[in-house]
Amino acid sequence: MSDRTIGGVVLDLRNISLSFGGVKALTDISFDVREGEVRAIIGPNGAGKSSMLNVINGVYRPQQGEIVFQGKTRHDMDTHEAAAQGIARTFQNIALFKGMSVLDNIMTGRNLKIKTNFLQQAIWWGPAKREEIAQRQKVEEVIDFLEIQHIRKTPVGRLPYGLQKRVELARALAAEPKILLLDEPMAGMNVEEKQDMCRFIMDANEQFGTTVVLIEHDMGVVMDLSDRVVVLDYGRKIADGVPDEVRVNPDVISAYLGQSH
Amino acid sequence: MSTQTSEAATANTFPQLLLHHAAVRGERPAIREKDLGIWQTWTWAQVAAEVRALACGLAAQGLKRGEHLAVIGENRPRLYWTMTAAQCLGAIPVPLYQDAVAAEMVYVFKDAGIARAVVEDQEQVDKVLEVAESVPGITHIYYDDGRGLRNYARDGLMAFDELQRIGREYDAAHPDFFMQQVAQVQPEDTAAMFYTSGTTGHPKGVVHTQGALIDRSRAACVLEGLTDHEEILAYLPPAWIGQNIFSYAQAYVAGFCVNCPESPETISNDMREIGPTYYFAPPRVLEALLTTVTIRMEDASRPKRAWYKYFMNVATRVGGRLLDGQAVGFGDRLLYALGDFSVYAPLRNALGMSRLKVAYTAGEAIGPDLFRFYRSIGINLKQLYGSTETAVFVCIQPDGQVRADTVGPPVPGVEIKIADSGELLIKSPGLLKEYYKNPQATAEVLSADGWYHTGDAGYLDREGHLKIIDRARDVGKMADGTLFAPKYLENKLKFFPYIKEAVAFGDARDKVCAFINIDMEAVSNWAEKQNIPYAGYLDLTSRAEVYALVRDCVEKANADLATDPKLANSQISRFVILHKELDADDGELTRTRKVRRGYIGDKYGVLVDAVYSGKKSQFIETRVKFEDGREGMISADLKIMDARIFPAVLAAA
Repeated sequence: MSDRTIGGVVLDLRNISLSFGGVKALTDISFDVREGEVRAIIGPNGAGKSSMLNVINGVYRPQQGEIVFQGKTRHDMDTHEAAAQGIARTFQNIALFKGMSVLDNIMTGRNLKIKTNFLQQAIWWGPAKREEIAQRQKVEEVIDFLEIQHIRKTPVGRLPYGLQKRVELARALAAEPKILLLDEPMAGMNVEEKQDMCRFIMDANEQFGTTVVLIEHDMGVVMDLSDRVVVLDYGRKIADGVPDEVRVNPDVISAYLGQSH
Repeated sequence: MSTQTSEAATANTFPQLLLHHAAVRGERPAIREKDLGIWQTWTWAQVAAEVRALACGLAAQGLKRGEHLAVIGENRPRLYWTMTAAQCLGAIPVPLYQDAVAAEMVYVFKDAGIARAVVEDQEQVDKVLEVAESVPGITHIYYDDGRGLRNYARDGLMAFDELQRIGREYDAAHPDFFMQQVAQVQPEDTAAMFYTSGTTGHPKGVVHTQGALIDRSRAACVLEGLTDHEEILAYLPPAWIGQNIFSYAQAYVAGFCVNCPESPETISNDMREIGPTYYFAPPRVLEALLTTVTIRMEDASRPKRAWYKYFMNVATRVGGRLLDGQAVGFGDRLLYALGDFSVYAPLRNALGMSRLKVAYTAGEAIGPDLFRFYRSIGINLKQLYGSTETAVFVCIQPDGQVRADTVGPPVPGVEIKIADSGELLIKSPGLLKEYYKNPQATAEVLSADGWYHTGDAGYLDREGHLKIIDRARDVGKMADGTLFAPKYLENKLKFFPYIKEAVAFGDARDKVCAFINIDMEAVSNWAEKQNIPYAGYLDLTSRAEVYALVRDCVEKANADLATDPKLANSQISRFVILHKELDADDGELTRTRKVRRGYIGDKYGVLVDAVYSGKKSQFIETRVKFEDGREGMISADLKIMDARIFPAVLAAA
């Protein structure tokens, strides 16, 4: 049913190696992400999936390799630069402001778009006021998109886990990202919540053309959702391709099921 | 106030009413929807323009006079406009329940020969597409919210905006078309068709004319003095006639504003923001609201709880009487005013009911305590009687004559007659025209001389208020000829929190007896507070204290029955507390938890015989099915207890 247009390479990772002291987290990994696609990173626990995302948005600086993002080659990313260039993410262990309302949390996603300075905002007059109204409009669109109108004013800490995950996605979407990095968006959810989340990710990808890079353990979800899958194991890339190829790859099967000795 | 409604009296079709309001109160709000966190308003003039574009669009797409058009979705302004647009063209909107699955819709699409649907979103589009697999001839689907539908490549699928764009072009090319169409619509034309859920067999399409819906809506508007300044919240399914009358027909008659909530989850919030002046809720909604209030109060600090409890007692004592305009002492008035300031007004505000002029409840019997709670805090909650076939309004309780157990006198225009069988017959301008393509079913309920057979048994009391007691086919006669209405008696018992289920026997007998199921949660709570030890359900049901507790309930019900001359002889003289809960798995209840009286009478035959033969106790063995499918026997020696019978009270209550 999909006739989405998948464009050229928007993010290219070349020969990335990352180590912490003697521990090699990632070894010589290369893969690319094309514009408008849903790209999954899978692998057993400790394979280096989250490290890979952290390299992409500049939390970790790889010792070797280069990152080509929107035509510009660099050795590593900078977190501010990544955000400003349109990379947004969610975290494996929800990183929201628990005491703040859903609305305020999502508003923080608009932070980089706000041009008025601290003083203007404190007085909340003229341009600052107009700007907040414009930003709120965008936030409301995201709230509508993710169907969380009923919890708009609720402090995040009072929400169940599944909804917190959704709020985190909302904050990332509020930044109108080019690339959305999702670290296990469906971990710990029940079937119904997973279905909802899948639908939101697909809709975001379809409607806004957002490129999605996601880590997920639920194989059903990965195979249904993604256009291409890269498989990591012990910090190495063992497979890369469309879901059907990856599914039957013997290395992948043995990595997941273990080798019979 | 009445001028507001009578000025529209000349218009007797929905399209004309719309044009009337657009001309007379074009700048007044007609409909609102909360979108992106902000209430968006359309005035009557804007609605008229939107409907015009839509009607022209539908006509350009080939919608014919008399054609059925499915409307599926939540309460959305555009879906309401669709109904009017269809009516402007002489087509017939058929609203369907938005939560029905595709399989349930198949029958309606087939029966009504529906070729087009206007739906809310992707979910509904998917369902109609699924229906189209088994029903050929569905040619057009128009949708309001296009989210997720960008890649649906299918002929006949079109966005609402596009439909209106086509309509505006068509309108520009044929400027006289719309008004010509509207002029052709007559009050005798079918306005809409509503499918009744139908507990047995297939649903039936109830056909209503423009005149019927408008007449009944107007009668109720006049009775309550509703003006164009009312605000209502449209939150019940639009496919249900009640919702359609309240938020469509009445809004068109009186010209007031309909508010569509942001989403089904935000209703309580939206209600607080809007502060409706006119409100309808079935008893279950009112009960759920009360539960949330009670739970929040239990979390409050001890002094607050004491304050609340004290003033709720004051309210129970005088609130209802104040609302009915009866005499209340100065001291009580003062106390109530203090309570109003500190408890009732904040409570009404929290419920979003601060501005309510009138609230209705109907649909099923409402517990008297629940009913009195709302009235006691100053909410003018009233009962009404009606059904899909009668365009709702048959009886309404007028202000100042509100009772918990009647539904009020007939609304002007309605004639009521009680058949010899006890069945309630109605003649009203709001009666259905027919069941669609079902002359046999129509003939069954609509007699040649124009009486509609409700299937309900009831009677008019001394003050001329209708009292509905039961479904007519369940009502029997006792040996002395007294009316025996089992469900009425059972409901009376079930309104006590300690009684979960009751089964009344008495048809063709000399006295009435009842089986009772206690409510385990309520009774065990009570037992704990009374320091009564018990081992389990069976043990609890056989405790003498519990029997005494239930006897008090039965006797209270009897005292109440004694005030009713028609039912005074059907007081419950003996009862048994059953040793097991009546269960649908054992066939004793239907899946919708209604007692199957006949089956229970057979299954517990020995017990029935024992009760009527005057025994003090009876041993019984019952086969039960456990949840895992195994079967077992439980046995018990059940006590049978007498309850006091009160002499019939003849003084006016």
